[in-house]
Amino acid sequence: MSGATDRSELPLLRANGLTRFYGERIGCHDVSFELFPGEVLAIVGESGSGKTTLLNCLSTRLPPTAGAVEYRMRDGQMRDLFQLSEAERRLLMRTDWGFVHQNAADGLRMTVSAGANVGERLMAVGERHYGAIRGTALDWLSRVEIDETRIDDEPRAFSGGMRQRLQIARNLVTSPRLVFMDEPTGGLDVSVQARLLDLIRGLVTDLGLSVVIVTHDLAVARLLSHRLMVMRHGKVIETGLTDRVLDDPQAPYTQLLVSSILQV
Amino acid sequence: MSALDNTARADGSEGSYNFAYLDEQTKRMIRRAILKAIAVPGYQVPFASREMPMPYGWGTGGVQVTAAILGSDDVLKVIDQGSDDTTNAVSIRAFFEKTANVATTTHTAEATIIQTRHRIPERQLEEGQILVYQVPIPEPLRFLEPRETETRKMHALEEYGLMHVKLYEDIARHGHIATTYAYPVKVDGRYVMDPSPTPKFDNPKMHDMAALQLFGAGREKRIYAVPPYTRVESLDFEDHPFQVQRFDKPCALCAAEDVYLDEVILDDRGGRMFVCSDTDHCEERRTAGHRGEMAGEEIAARLSAGHASDGEDGQ
Ligand SMILES: Nc1ncnc2c1ncn2[C@@H]1O[C@H](COP(=O)(O)OP(=O)(O)OP(=O)(O)O)[C@@H](O)[C@H]1O
Ligand SMILES: [Mg+2]
Repeated sequence: MSGATDRSELPLLRANGLTRFYGERIGCHDVSFELFPGEVLAIVGESGSGKTTLLNCLSTRLPPTAGAVEYRMRDGQMRDLFQLSEAERRLLMRTDWGFVHQNAADGLRMTVSAGANVGERLMAVGERHYGAIRGTALDWLSRVEIDETRIDDEPRAFSGGMRQRLQIARNLVTSPRLVFMDEPTGGLDVSVQARLLDLIRGLVTDLGLSVVIVTHDLAVARLLSHRLMVMRHGKVIETGLTDRVLDDPQAPYTQLLVSSILQV
Repeated sequence: MSALDNTARADGSEGSYNFAYLDEQTKRMIRRAILKAIAVPGYQVPFASREMPMPYGWGTGGVQVTAAILGSDDVLKVIDQGSDDTTNAVSIRAFFEKTANVATTTHTAEATIIQTRHRIPERQLEEGQILVYQVPIPEPLRFLEPRETETRKMHALEEYGLMHVKLYEDIARHGHIATTYAYPVKVDGRYVMDPSPTPKFDNPKMHDMAALQLFGAGREKRIYAVPPYTRVESLDFEDHPFQVQRFDKPCALCAAEDVYLDEVILDDRGGRMFVCSDTDHCEERRTAGHRGEMAGEEIAARLSAGHASDGEDGQ
Protein backbone atom coordinates (compact mmCIF):
# COMPACT_ATOMS: atom_id res chain seq x y z
CA MET A 1 0.00 0.00 0.00
CA SER A 2 1.48 3.31 -0.95
CA GLY A 3 0.54 6.96 -1.34
CA ALA A 4 -2.44 8.19 0.73
CA THR A 5 -0.44 9.77 3.52
CA ASP A 6 -0.47 13.51 3.67
CA ARG A 7 2.79 14.55 5.24
CA SER A 8 1.90 18.20 4.97
CA GLU A 9 -0.55 17.67 7.83
CA LEU A 10 0.44 17.68 11.45
CA PRO A 11 1.21 14.32 13.04
CA LEU A 12 -1.65 12.50 14.78
CA LEU A 13 0.48 10.44 17.15
CA ARG A 14 4.01 10.95 18.37
CA ALA A 15 6.15 8.58 20.42
CA ASN A 16 9.26 9.91 22.07
CA GLY A 17 11.87 7.67 23.68
CA LEU A 18 9.22 5.13 24.54
CA THR A 19 10.70 2.46 26.81
CA ARG A 20 9.21 -0.37 28.77
CA PHE A 21 11.04 -2.74 31.06
CA TYR A 22 9.62 -5.84 32.68
CA GLY A 23 11.89 -5.87 35.69
CA GLU A 24 15.33 -6.38 34.17
CA ARG A 25 14.00 -7.55 30.84
CA ILE A 26 13.54 -5.09 27.98
CA GLY A 27 10.06 -4.94 26.46
CA CYS A 28 10.79 -2.09 24.08
CA HIS A 29 13.53 0.49 24.19
CA ASP A 30 13.78 4.13 23.13
CA VAL A 31 11.22 4.10 20.35
CA SER A 32 10.44 7.40 18.64
CA PHE A 33 8.29 8.06 15.58
CA GLU A 34 5.41 10.10 14.23
CA LEU A 35 2.22 8.80 12.67
CA PHE A 36 0.37 11.00 10.20
CA PRO A 37 -3.36 11.15 9.46
CA GLY A 38 -4.37 8.37 7.08
CA GLU A 39 -1.08 6.56 7.53
CA VAL A 40 -0.74 2.83 8.15
CA LEU A 41 2.36 1.87 10.10
CA ALA A 42 3.31 -1.78 10.42
CA ILE A 43 5.50 -3.01 13.25
CA VAL A 44 7.29 -6.22 12.28
CA GLY A 45 9.85 -8.42 13.95
CA GLU A 46 10.32 -11.90 15.31
CA SER A 47 8.54 -13.29 18.32
CA GLY A 48 9.57 -11.54 21.52
CA SER A 49 10.98 -8.51 19.71
CA GLY A 50 8.65 -6.14 21.60
CA LYS A 51 5.87 -5.46 19.09
CA THR A 52 2.98 -6.03 21.44
CA THR A 53 4.72 -4.18 24.26
CA LEU A 54 5.17 -1.15 22.03
CA LEU A 55 1.58 -1.29 20.77
CA ASN A 56 0.23 -1.51 24.30
CA CYS A 57 2.35 1.45 25.43
CA LEU A 58 1.21 3.51 22.46
CA SER A 59 -2.42 2.73 23.17
CA THR A 60 -1.98 3.48 26.91
CA ARG A 61 -2.95 -0.05 27.83
CA LEU A 62 0.47 -0.40 29.42
CA PRO A 63 2.32 2.37 31.27
CA PRO A 64 5.82 2.93 29.83
CA THR A 65 8.89 2.96 32.05
CA ALA A 66 10.14 6.07 30.26
CA GLY A 67 9.23 8.26 27.32
CA ALA A 68 6.04 9.92 26.18
CA VAL A 69 3.19 9.43 23.74
CA GLU A 70 1.32 12.41 22.40
CA TYR A 71 -1.92 12.43 20.46
CA ARG A 72 -3.69 15.17 18.56
CA MET A 73 -7.18 15.41 20.06
CA ARG A 74 -10.17 16.36 17.93
CA ASP A 75 -9.77 19.96 19.00
CA GLY A 76 -6.34 19.99 17.32
CA GLN A 77 -4.36 20.06 20.57
CA MET A 78 -1.45 17.66 21.01
CA ARG A 79 -1.81 16.02 24.43
CA ASP A 80 0.51 13.81 26.45
CA LEU A 81 -1.58 10.66 26.81
CA PHE A 82 -0.24 9.71 30.19
CA GLN A 83 -1.16 13.16 31.52
CA LEU A 84 -4.82 12.71 30.60
CA SER A 85 -7.24 11.86 33.37
CA GLU A 86 -8.37 8.26 33.38
CA ALA A 87 -11.86 9.35 32.35
CA GLU A 88 -10.47 11.27 29.33
CA ARG A 89 -8.27 8.36 28.36
CA ARG A 90 -11.04 5.80 28.54
CA LEU A 91 -13.35 8.05 26.55
CA LEU A 92 -10.66 8.45 23.90
CA MET A 93 -10.16 4.69 23.75
CA ARG A 94 -13.80 3.93 23.12
CA THR A 95 -14.58 6.77 20.75
CA ASP A 96 -11.62 8.14 18.81
CA TRP A 97 -9.62 4.91 18.88
CA GLY A 98 -10.09 1.27 18.11
CA PHE A 99 -8.15 -1.75 19.30
CA VAL A 100 -8.34 -5.02 17.40
CA HIS A 101 -7.00 -7.98 19.36
CA GLN A 102 -5.49 -11.08 17.83
CA ASN A 103 -7.84 -13.18 19.91
CA ALA A 104 -11.33 -11.88 19.11
CA ALA A 105 -12.65 -13.07 22.48
CA ASP A 106 -10.42 -10.44 24.12
CA GLY A 107 -12.12 -7.68 22.15
CA LEU A 108 -15.71 -8.91 22.08
CA ARG A 109 -18.38 -9.60 24.66
CA MET A 110 -18.92 -13.24 23.94
CA THR A 111 -22.18 -13.53 25.90
CA VAL A 112 -24.16 -10.80 24.18
CA SER A 113 -25.45 -10.67 20.62
CA ALA A 114 -23.52 -9.36 17.62
CA GLY A 115 -25.87 -6.37 17.51
CA ALA A 116 -25.14 -5.46 21.12
CA ASN A 117 -21.42 -5.90 20.51
CA VAL A 118 -21.56 -3.35 17.72
CA GLY A 119 -23.98 -1.10 19.61
CA GLU A 120 -22.08 -1.00 22.89
CA ARG A 121 -19.88 1.97 22.04
CA LEU A 122 -22.90 3.92 20.81
CA MET A 123 -24.71 3.28 24.07
CA ALA A 124 -21.55 4.18 25.98
CA VAL A 125 -21.56 7.63 24.41
CA GLY A 126 -25.22 8.18 25.17
CA GLU A 127 -27.22 6.82 22.22
CA ARG A 128 -30.62 5.95 23.68
CA HIS A 129 -32.72 5.03 20.67
CA TYR A 130 -32.97 1.27 20.26
CA GLY A 131 -34.09 1.46 16.65
CA ALA A 132 -31.22 3.76 15.70
CA ILE A 133 -28.65 1.56 17.46
CA ARG A 134 -29.97 -1.52 15.71
CA GLY A 135 -30.01 0.24 12.37
CA THR A 136 -26.38 1.26 12.76
CA ALA A 137 -25.45 -2.25 13.88
CA LEU A 138 -27.11 -3.76 10.80
CA ASP A 139 -25.29 -1.32 8.58
CA TRP A 140 -21.93 -2.21 10.14
CA LEU A 141 -22.55 -5.93 9.99
CA SER A 142 -23.10 -5.68 6.25
CA ARG A 143 -20.01 -3.51 5.86
CA VAL A 144 -17.92 -6.26 7.43
CA GLU A 145 -19.75 -8.88 5.35
CA ILE A 146 -21.67 -10.53 8.15
CA ASP A 147 -25.16 -11.61 7.13
CA GLU A 148 -27.74 -9.32 8.73
CA THR A 149 -29.72 -12.32 9.94
CA ARG A 150 -26.91 -13.04 12.40
CA ILE A 151 -27.46 -9.81 14.33
CA ASP A 152 -29.04 -11.53 17.33
CA ASP A 153 -26.54 -14.40 17.47
CA GLU A 154 -23.78 -14.48 20.02
CA PRO A 155 -20.20 -14.36 18.68
CA ARG A 156 -19.67 -17.76 20.29
CA ALA A 157 -21.60 -19.12 17.33
CA PHE A 158 -19.33 -17.32 14.83
CA SER A 159 -16.30 -18.65 12.97
CA GLY A 160 -12.88 -17.15 13.69
CA GLY A 161 -13.00 -14.93 10.62
CA MET A 162 -16.50 -13.69 11.42
CA ARG A 163 -15.52 -12.91 15.01
CA GLN A 164 -12.61 -10.87 13.77
CA ARG A 165 -14.84 -8.95 11.37
CA LEU A 166 -17.34 -8.37 14.17
CA GLN A 167 -14.55 -7.07 16.37
CA ILE A 168 -13.61 -4.62 13.63
CA ALA A 169 -17.21 -3.43 13.22
CA ARG A 170 -17.52 -2.98 16.99
CA ASN A 171 -14.44 -0.74 16.92
CA LEU A 172 -15.31 1.31 13.86
CA VAL A 173 -18.89 2.18 14.79
CA THR A 174 -17.87 5.42 16.52
CA SER A 175 -15.77 6.53 13.52
CA PRO A 176 -12.42 6.40 15.29
CA ARG A 177 -9.46 8.17 13.70
CA LEU A 178 -6.81 5.77 14.95
CA VAL A 179 -6.96 1.99 15.16
CA PHE A 180 -4.40 -0.30 16.80
CA MET A 181 -4.25 -3.89 15.61
CA ASP A 182 -2.24 -6.73 17.11
CA GLU A 183 -1.87 -9.60 14.65
CA PRO A 184 -5.47 -9.25 13.44
CA THR A 185 -5.10 -12.11 10.97
CA GLY A 186 -3.05 -14.37 13.21
CA GLY A 187 -4.40 -17.85 13.81
CA LEU A 188 -6.76 -17.79 10.82
CA ASP A 189 -6.75 -20.04 7.76
CA VAL A 190 -4.90 -18.61 4.78
CA SER A 191 -8.04 -18.09 2.69
CA VAL A 192 -9.85 -16.50 5.66
CA GLN A 193 -6.81 -14.30 6.24
CA ALA A 194 -6.84 -13.10 2.66
CA ARG A 195 -10.48 -12.11 2.82
CA LEU A 196 -10.00 -10.31 6.12
CA LEU A 197 -6.96 -8.42 4.81
CA ASP A 198 -8.97 -7.34 1.82
CA LEU A 199 -11.71 -6.08 4.05
CA ILE A 200 -9.34 -4.20 6.36
CA ARG A 201 -7.61 -2.66 3.37
CA GLY A 202 -10.90 -1.45 1.94
CA LEU A 203 -12.11 0.02 5.23
CA VAL A 204 -8.81 1.75 5.95
CA THR A 205 -8.89 3.42 2.54
CA ASP A 206 -12.59 4.29 2.61
CA LEU A 207 -12.50 5.73 6.09
CA GLY A 208 -9.06 7.31 5.86
CA LEU A 209 -8.04 5.58 9.08
CA SER A 210 -4.66 5.89 10.70
CA VAL A 211 -3.49 2.46 11.79
CA VAL A 212 -0.66 0.97 13.81
CA ILE A 213 -0.62 -2.72 13.02
CA VAL A 214 1.59 -5.37 14.59
CA THR A 215 2.40 -8.40 12.50
CA HIS A 216 5.19 -10.87 12.05
CA ASP A 217 3.93 -11.52 8.54
CA LEU A 218 5.75 -9.36 5.99
CA ALA A 219 3.07 -10.12 3.40
CA VAL A 220 0.49 -8.50 5.65
CA ALA A 221 2.76 -5.49 6.11
CA ARG A 222 3.30 -5.23 2.35
CA LEU A 223 -0.40 -5.33 1.64
CA LEU A 224 -1.61 -2.92 4.30
CA SER A 225 1.07 -0.53 5.38
CA HIS A 226 2.66 2.62 4.03
CA ARG A 227 5.50 2.54 6.46
CA LEU A 228 7.36 -0.20 8.25
CA MET A 229 9.21 -0.39 11.52
CA VAL A 230 11.45 -3.42 12.08
CA MET A 231 12.05 -4.39 15.70
CA ARG A 232 14.60 -6.64 17.30
CA HIS A 233 15.35 -7.14 20.99
CA GLY A 234 12.97 -4.31 21.83
CA LYS A 235 14.63 -1.75 19.56
CA VAL A 236 13.68 -0.32 16.20
CA ILE A 237 16.51 -1.30 13.87
CA GLU A 238 15.10 -0.03 10.60
CA THR A 239 12.23 2.12 9.50
CA GLY A 240 11.05 3.49 6.18
CA LEU A 241 8.46 3.27 3.43
CA THR A 242 7.22 -0.31 3.26
CA ASP A 243 8.18 -0.96 -0.34
CA ARG A 244 11.63 0.51 0.17
CA VAL A 245 12.35 -1.55 3.30
CA LEU A 246 11.11 -4.77 1.77
CA ASP A 247 12.74 -4.27 -1.64
CA ASP A 248 15.96 -2.74 -0.42
CA PRO A 249 16.53 -3.58 3.25
CA GLN A 250 19.49 -1.77 4.81
CA ALA A 251 20.01 -3.41 8.18
CA PRO A 252 21.60 -6.89 8.02
CA TYR A 253 18.85 -8.28 10.26
CA THR A 254 16.15 -6.91 7.96
CA GLN A 255 17.91 -8.43 4.98
CA LEU A 256 17.84 -11.77 6.75
CA LEU A 257 14.18 -11.34 7.64
CA VAL A 258 13.20 -10.44 4.09
CA SER A 259 15.24 -13.17 2.46
CA SER A 260 13.99 -15.79 4.87
CA ILE A 261 10.49 -15.63 3.51
CA LEU A 262 9.16 -16.17 0.04
CA GLN A 263 9.16 -13.04 -2.07
CA VAL A 264 5.84 -11.25 -1.59
CA MET B 1 -34.84 5.94 66.34
CA SER B 2 -32.84 6.47 69.49
CA ALA B 3 -30.30 3.80 68.72
CA LEU B 4 -27.16 5.79 69.37
CA ASP B 5 -27.56 6.10 73.11
CA ASN B 6 -29.16 2.76 73.64
CA THR B 7 -26.84 0.17 75.06
CA ALA B 8 -29.35 -1.57 77.30
CA ARG B 9 -29.49 -5.35 77.29
CA ALA B 10 -32.64 -6.82 75.90
CA ASP B 11 -33.62 -8.24 79.26
CA GLY B 12 -31.49 -6.05 81.47
CA SER B 13 -29.25 -8.90 82.61
CA GLU B 14 -25.60 -9.69 82.14
CA GLY B 15 -24.45 -12.25 79.62
CA SER B 16 -27.40 -12.03 77.26
CA TYR B 17 -27.51 -10.46 73.83
CA ASN B 18 -26.56 -6.86 73.45
CA PHE B 19 -29.57 -4.77 72.43
CA ALA B 20 -30.45 -5.78 68.87
CA TYR B 21 -27.84 -8.55 68.87
CA LEU B 22 -24.84 -6.68 67.43
CA ASP B 23 -22.30 -5.15 69.80
CA GLU B 24 -22.12 -1.37 69.87
CA GLN B 25 -18.75 -1.27 68.14
CA THR B 26 -20.16 -3.15 65.17
CA LYS B 27 -23.25 -0.97 65.09
CA ARG B 28 -21.08 2.13 64.96
CA MET B 29 -19.16 0.69 62.04
CA ILE B 30 -22.39 -0.09 60.20
CA ARG B 31 -23.86 3.32 60.99
CA ARG B 32 -20.77 4.98 59.55
CA ALA B 33 -21.31 3.02 56.35
CA ILE B 34 -24.98 4.02 56.36
CA LEU B 35 -24.17 7.71 56.82
CA LYS B 36 -21.69 7.53 53.98
CA ALA B 37 -24.28 5.77 51.83
CA ILE B 38 -26.83 8.49 52.56
CA ALA B 39 -24.26 11.17 51.71
CA VAL B 40 -23.55 9.58 48.32
CA PRO B 41 -26.95 8.33 47.12
CA GLY B 42 -26.77 5.05 45.21
CA TYR B 43 -23.08 4.46 45.92
CA GLN B 44 -22.23 1.02 47.29
CA VAL B 45 -20.32 1.43 50.54
CA PRO B 46 -18.25 -1.60 51.62
CA PHE B 47 -18.74 -2.66 55.22
CA ALA B 48 -17.39 -5.43 57.41
CA SER B 49 -20.43 -7.67 57.26
CA ARG B 50 -20.79 -9.91 60.32
CA GLU B 51 -21.87 -13.47 60.64
CA MET B 52 -25.48 -13.50 61.72
CA PRO B 53 -27.31 -16.38 63.36
CA MET B 54 -29.13 -17.17 60.12
CA PRO B 55 -27.99 -18.28 56.69
CA TYR B 56 -27.13 -15.91 53.87
CA GLY B 57 -30.19 -15.74 51.71
CA TRP B 58 -32.21 -14.92 54.81
CA GLY B 59 -31.46 -11.25 54.70
CA THR B 60 -28.32 -10.94 56.80
CA GLY B 61 -27.47 -7.62 55.15
CA GLY B 62 -30.89 -6.16 55.88
CA VAL B 63 -30.82 -7.59 59.41
CA GLN B 64 -27.50 -5.92 60.15
CA VAL B 65 -28.75 -2.56 58.86
CA THR B 66 -31.93 -2.88 60.92
CA ALA B 67 -29.94 -3.90 64.01
CA ALA B 68 -27.70 -0.86 63.61
CA ILE B 69 -30.53 1.67 63.37
CA LEU B 70 -33.07 0.10 65.70
CA GLY B 71 -33.92 1.91 68.93
CA SER B 72 -36.07 0.67 71.80
CA ASP B 73 -38.97 2.94 70.80
CA ASP B 74 -39.04 1.76 67.19
CA VAL B 75 -41.90 -0.23 65.76
CA LEU B 76 -40.73 -2.87 63.33
CA LYS B 77 -42.49 -4.45 60.39
CA VAL B 78 -40.93 -7.23 58.33
CA ILE B 79 -42.24 -8.32 54.95
CA ASP B 80 -41.25 -10.89 52.41
CA GLN B 81 -42.87 -10.77 48.96
CA GLY B 82 -45.32 -8.29 50.49
CA SER B 83 -46.41 -10.66 53.23
CA ASP B 84 -45.78 -10.42 56.97
CA ASP B 85 -46.42 -14.12 57.44
CA THR B 86 -43.78 -16.01 55.50
CA THR B 87 -41.17 -18.02 57.37
CA ASN B 88 -38.48 -15.50 56.50
CA ALA B 89 -40.48 -12.51 57.72
CA VAL B 90 -41.69 -14.29 60.84
CA SER B 91 -38.17 -15.38 61.83
CA ILE B 92 -36.63 -11.96 61.37
CA ARG B 93 -39.45 -10.34 63.31
CA ALA B 94 -39.04 -12.90 66.09
CA PHE B 95 -35.30 -12.31 66.08
CA PHE B 96 -35.73 -8.63 66.86
CA GLU B 97 -38.53 -9.24 69.32
CA LYS B 98 -36.14 -11.47 71.19
CA THR B 99 -32.89 -9.52 70.88
CA ALA B 100 -34.26 -5.95 71.06
CA ASN B 101 -37.64 -6.43 72.64
CA VAL B 102 -39.09 -3.87 70.23
CA ALA B 103 -42.71 -3.53 69.30
CA THR B 104 -43.62 -5.11 65.99
CA THR B 105 -46.53 -4.55 63.68
CA THR B 106 -47.95 -5.70 60.39
CA HIS B 107 -49.44 -2.29 59.68
CA THR B 108 -47.34 -0.20 57.33
CA ALA B 109 -48.65 3.05 58.78
CA GLU B 110 -47.59 2.13 62.33
CA ALA B 111 -44.07 1.00 61.52
CA THR B 112 -41.03 3.22 61.96
CA ILE B 113 -38.74 0.67 60.33
CA ILE B 114 -39.84 -1.76 57.63
CA GLN B 115 -37.43 -4.49 56.59
CA THR B 116 -38.36 -5.93 53.23
CA ARG B 117 -37.49 -8.60 50.76
CA HIS B 118 -38.92 -8.20 47.23
CA ARG B 119 -41.59 -5.52 47.75
CA ILE B 120 -42.28 -1.92 48.65
CA PRO B 121 -45.56 -1.52 50.56
CA GLU B 122 -48.47 -0.19 48.53
CA ARG B 123 -49.28 2.43 51.14
CA GLN B 124 -47.26 5.57 50.54
CA LEU B 125 -44.44 5.77 53.07
CA GLU B 126 -43.97 8.89 55.13
CA GLU B 127 -41.22 11.05 56.50
CA GLY B 128 -39.60 9.45 59.52
CA GLN B 129 -40.11 5.93 58.23
CA ILE B 130 -37.16 3.83 57.06
CA LEU B 131 -37.37 1.06 54.50
CA VAL B 132 -34.57 -1.52 54.79
CA TYR B 133 -34.08 -3.76 51.76
CA GLN B 134 -32.48 -7.21 51.84
CA VAL B 135 -30.15 -7.37 48.86
CA PRO B 136 -28.64 -10.53 47.36
CA ILE B 137 -26.52 -8.98 44.57
CA PRO B 138 -25.87 -5.24 44.88
CA GLU B 139 -23.84 -4.77 41.69
CA PRO B 140 -26.04 -3.92 38.68
CA LEU B 141 -23.09 -4.19 36.29
CA ARG B 142 -22.18 -7.70 37.42
CA PHE B 143 -24.33 -9.27 34.70
CA LEU B 144 -21.92 -8.23 31.95
CA GLU B 145 -18.75 -7.36 33.82
CA PRO B 146 -17.69 -9.88 36.44
CA ARG B 147 -14.48 -8.05 37.40
CA GLU B 148 -15.00 -6.04 40.57
CA THR B 149 -12.05 -3.74 39.83
CA GLU B 150 -13.64 -2.87 36.50
CA THR B 151 -17.18 -2.30 37.81
CA ARG B 152 -15.84 0.01 40.51
CA LYS B 153 -14.03 2.00 37.86
CA MET B 154 -17.18 2.16 35.76
CA HIS B 155 -19.14 3.59 38.68
CA ALA B 156 -16.37 6.05 39.47
CA LEU B 157 -16.19 7.28 35.88
CA GLU B 158 -19.96 7.07 35.33
CA GLU B 159 -19.50 4.62 32.45
CA TYR B 160 -22.91 3.02 32.32
CA GLY B 161 -23.20 2.01 28.66
CA LEU B 162 -23.24 -1.63 29.73
CA MET B 163 -26.59 -1.23 31.48
CA HIS B 164 -28.12 -0.32 28.16
CA VAL B 165 -26.38 -3.26 26.50
CA LYS B 166 -28.36 -5.45 28.86
CA LEU B 167 -31.62 -3.69 28.03
CA TYR B 168 -30.74 -3.86 24.31
CA GLU B 169 -30.35 -7.63 24.63
CA ASP B 170 -33.74 -7.84 26.28
CA ILE B 171 -35.44 -6.06 23.41
CA ALA B 172 -33.49 -7.98 20.76
CA ARG B 173 -34.57 -11.26 22.34
CA HIS B 174 -38.09 -10.55 23.54
CA GLY B 175 -39.24 -7.54 21.54
CA HIS B 176 -39.52 -5.51 24.72
CA ILE B 177 -37.57 -4.91 27.92
CA ALA B 178 -38.24 -8.21 29.64
CA THR B 179 -36.48 -7.39 32.89
CA THR B 180 -39.30 -7.42 35.41
CA TYR B 181 -37.47 -7.27 38.71
CA ALA B 182 -34.13 -5.87 39.93
CA TYR B 183 -34.73 -3.31 37.19
CA PRO B 184 -31.79 -0.87 37.19
CA VAL B 185 -32.27 2.74 38.25
CA LYS B 186 -30.16 5.87 38.24
CA VAL B 187 -30.10 7.63 41.59
CA ASP B 188 -29.92 11.41 41.83
CA GLY B 189 -28.66 11.55 38.24
CA ARG B 190 -25.40 9.88 39.18
CA TYR B 191 -25.06 6.27 40.37
CA VAL B 192 -26.74 3.34 38.69
CA MET B 193 -28.20 1.07 41.36
CA ASP B 194 -29.85 -2.32 41.63
CA PRO B 195 -33.09 -1.85 43.58
CA SER B 196 -32.82 -5.48 44.84
CA PRO B 197 -35.22 -8.09 43.47
CA THR B 198 -38.32 -5.94 43.85
CA PRO B 199 -40.67 -6.01 40.86
CA LYS B 200 -40.16 -3.08 38.52
CA PHE B 201 -43.75 -2.25 39.46
CA ASP B 202 -42.28 -0.77 42.63
CA ASN B 203 -39.59 1.33 40.93
CA PRO B 204 -41.73 4.48 40.63
CA LYS B 205 -42.35 4.34 44.40
CA MET B 206 -38.63 4.77 45.03
CA HIS B 207 -38.64 8.09 43.22
CA ASP B 208 -39.04 11.07 45.52
CA MET B 209 -40.02 8.79 48.41
CA ALA B 210 -40.54 10.61 51.73
CA ALA B 211 -39.00 7.72 53.68
CA LEU B 212 -35.30 6.88 53.88
CA GLN B 213 -34.36 3.77 51.87
CA LEU B 214 -31.43 1.64 53.04
CA PHE B 215 -30.06 -1.41 51.27
CA GLY B 216 -27.98 -4.12 52.94
CA ALA B 217 -26.14 -6.95 51.17
CA GLY B 218 -24.67 -9.33 53.74
CA ARG B 219 -22.73 -11.80 51.65
CA GLU B 220 -21.45 -9.07 49.33
CA LYS B 221 -20.69 -6.71 52.23
CA ARG B 222 -22.28 -3.59 50.74
CA ILE B 223 -24.63 -0.93 52.03
CA TYR B 224 -26.26 1.72 49.86
CA ALA B 225 -29.02 4.24 50.34
CA VAL B 226 -31.56 6.56 48.77
CA PRO B 227 -32.22 9.57 51.02
CA PRO B 228 -35.75 10.98 51.25
CA TYR B 229 -37.02 12.92 48.25
CA THR B 230 -34.31 11.75 45.85
CA ARG B 231 -34.63 11.38 42.10
CA VAL B 232 -34.76 7.71 41.07
CA GLU B 233 -35.10 7.03 37.34
CA SER B 234 -35.53 3.63 35.69
CA LEU B 235 -33.20 3.19 32.71
CA ASP B 236 -34.80 2.79 29.29
CA PHE B 237 -34.65 3.67 25.60
CA GLU B 238 -36.44 6.58 23.92
CA ASP B 239 -38.37 4.18 21.72
CA HIS B 240 -38.85 1.59 24.49
CA PRO B 241 -39.75 3.68 27.54
CA PHE B 242 -39.88 2.18 31.03
CA GLN B 243 -43.27 0.72 31.87
CA VAL B 244 -44.58 -1.03 34.97
CA GLN B 245 -46.49 -4.29 34.87
CA ARG B 246 -50.22 -3.93 34.38
CA PHE B 247 -52.82 -6.33 35.67
CA ASP B 248 -56.03 -7.06 33.79
CA LYS B 249 -58.18 -7.34 36.88
CA PRO B 250 -58.30 -5.79 40.32
CA CYS B 251 -57.45 -7.79 43.45
CA ALA B 252 -59.95 -10.65 43.79
CA LEU B 253 -60.26 -10.01 47.51
CA CYS B 254 -60.25 -6.25 48.00
CA ALA B 255 -60.82 -4.96 44.45
CA ALA B 256 -57.73 -2.77 44.62
CA GLU B 257 -56.43 -1.55 41.29
CA ASP B 258 -52.95 -0.23 40.58
CA VAL B 259 -51.41 -2.61 43.08
CA TYR B 260 -49.04 -5.52 42.54
CA LEU B 261 -50.88 -8.84 42.40
CA ASP B 262 -49.75 -12.39 43.09
CA GLU B 263 -51.26 -15.35 41.35
CA VAL B 264 -52.77 -17.83 43.77
CA ILE B 265 -53.60 -21.36 42.71
CA LEU B 266 -56.91 -22.39 44.26
CA ASP B 267 -57.17 -26.04 43.28
CA ASP B 268 -55.64 -28.60 40.95
CA ARG B 269 -58.25 -27.98 38.25
CA GLY B 270 -56.79 -24.72 37.04
CA GLY B 271 -58.67 -22.54 39.48
CA ARG B 272 -56.68 -19.42 40.33
CA MET B 273 -57.06 -15.84 41.30
CA PHE B 274 -54.99 -12.69 41.57
CA VAL B 275 -54.70 -11.01 44.94
CA CYS B 276 -52.68 -8.19 46.50
CA SER B 277 -49.12 -9.20 47.20
CA ASP B 278 -49.15 -6.66 50.03
CA THR B 279 -51.28 -8.59 52.54
CA ASP B 280 -51.52 -5.74 55.03
CA HIS B 281 -52.80 -3.38 52.36
CA CYS B 282 -55.36 -5.97 51.29
CA GLU B 283 -56.60 -6.58 54.84
CA GLU B 284 -56.93 -2.90 55.55
CA ARG B 285 -59.00 -2.43 52.44
CA ARG B 286 -61.26 -5.33 53.33
CA THR B 287 -61.67 -3.97 56.85
CA ALA B 288 -62.68 -0.70 55.27
CA GLY B 289 -65.39 -2.55 53.39
CA HIS B 290 -63.86 -3.07 49.95
CA ARG B 291 -64.88 -6.35 48.38
CA GLY B 292 -63.42 -8.12 45.38
CA GLU B 293 -65.18 -10.75 43.30
CA MET B 294 -63.89 -13.65 45.42
CA ALA B 295 -63.97 -12.01 48.79
CA GLY B 296 -65.86 -14.83 50.48
CA GLU B 297 -64.61 -15.07 54.04
CA GLU B 298 -63.81 -18.71 53.50
CA ILE B 299 -61.32 -18.02 50.75
CA ALA B 300 -59.83 -15.17 52.70
CA ALA B 301 -59.32 -17.53 55.62
CA ARG B 302 -57.71 -20.16 53.43
CA LEU B 303 -55.45 -17.53 52.05
CA SER B 304 -54.21 -16.02 55.26
CA ALA B 305 -53.55 -19.58 56.38
CA GLY B 306 -51.29 -20.43 53.53
CA HIS B 307 -50.86 -18.29 50.44
CA ALA B 308 -47.58 -16.86 51.49
CA SER B 309 -44.70 -18.36 49.57
CA ASP B 310 -41.38 -19.01 51.20
CA GLY B 311 -38.20 -18.37 49.30
CA GLU B 312 -34.56 -18.14 50.04
CA ASP B 313 -33.09 -16.29 47.13
CA GLY B 314 -33.10 -12.88 48.76
CA GLN B 315 -31.05 -11.60 51.60
N1 LIG C 1 4.01 -9.31 31.08
C1 LIG C 1 5.30 -9.54 30.85
N2 LIG C 1 6.14 -9.79 31.87
C2 LIG C 1 7.46 -10.01 31.65
N3 LIG C 1 8.02 -9.99 30.45
C3 LIG C 1 7.23 -9.75 29.38
C4 LIG C 1 5.84 -9.51 29.53
N4 LIG C 1 5.31 -9.31 28.31
C5 LIG C 1 6.33 -9.39 27.44
N5 LIG C 1 7.49 -9.66 28.07
C6 LIG C 1 8.81 -9.80 27.45
O1 LIG C 1 9.06 -8.64 26.68
C7 LIG C 1 9.64 -8.97 25.45
C8 LIG C 1 8.77 -8.47 24.31
O2 LIG C 1 7.56 -9.17 24.32
P1 LIG C 1 6.34 -8.81 23.36
O3 LIG C 1 5.17 -9.62 23.78
O4 LIG C 1 6.20 -7.36 23.30
O5 LIG C 1 6.90 -9.37 21.97
P2 LIG C 1 6.17 -9.57 20.57
O6 LIG C 1 7.07 -8.98 19.57
O7 LIG C 1 4.79 -9.06 20.62
O8 LIG C 1 6.18 -11.16 20.42
P3 LIG C 1 5.12 -12.12 19.67
O9 LIG C 1 5.38 -12.00 18.21
O10 LIG C 1 5.48 -13.48 20.17
O11 LIG C 1 3.74 -11.70 20.08
C9 LIG C 1 9.82 -10.48 25.47
O12 LIG C 1 11.12 -10.77 25.91
C10 LIG C 1 8.83 -10.96 26.46
O13 LIG C 1 9.24 -12.14 27.07
MG1 LIG D 1 2.81 -9.94 20.36
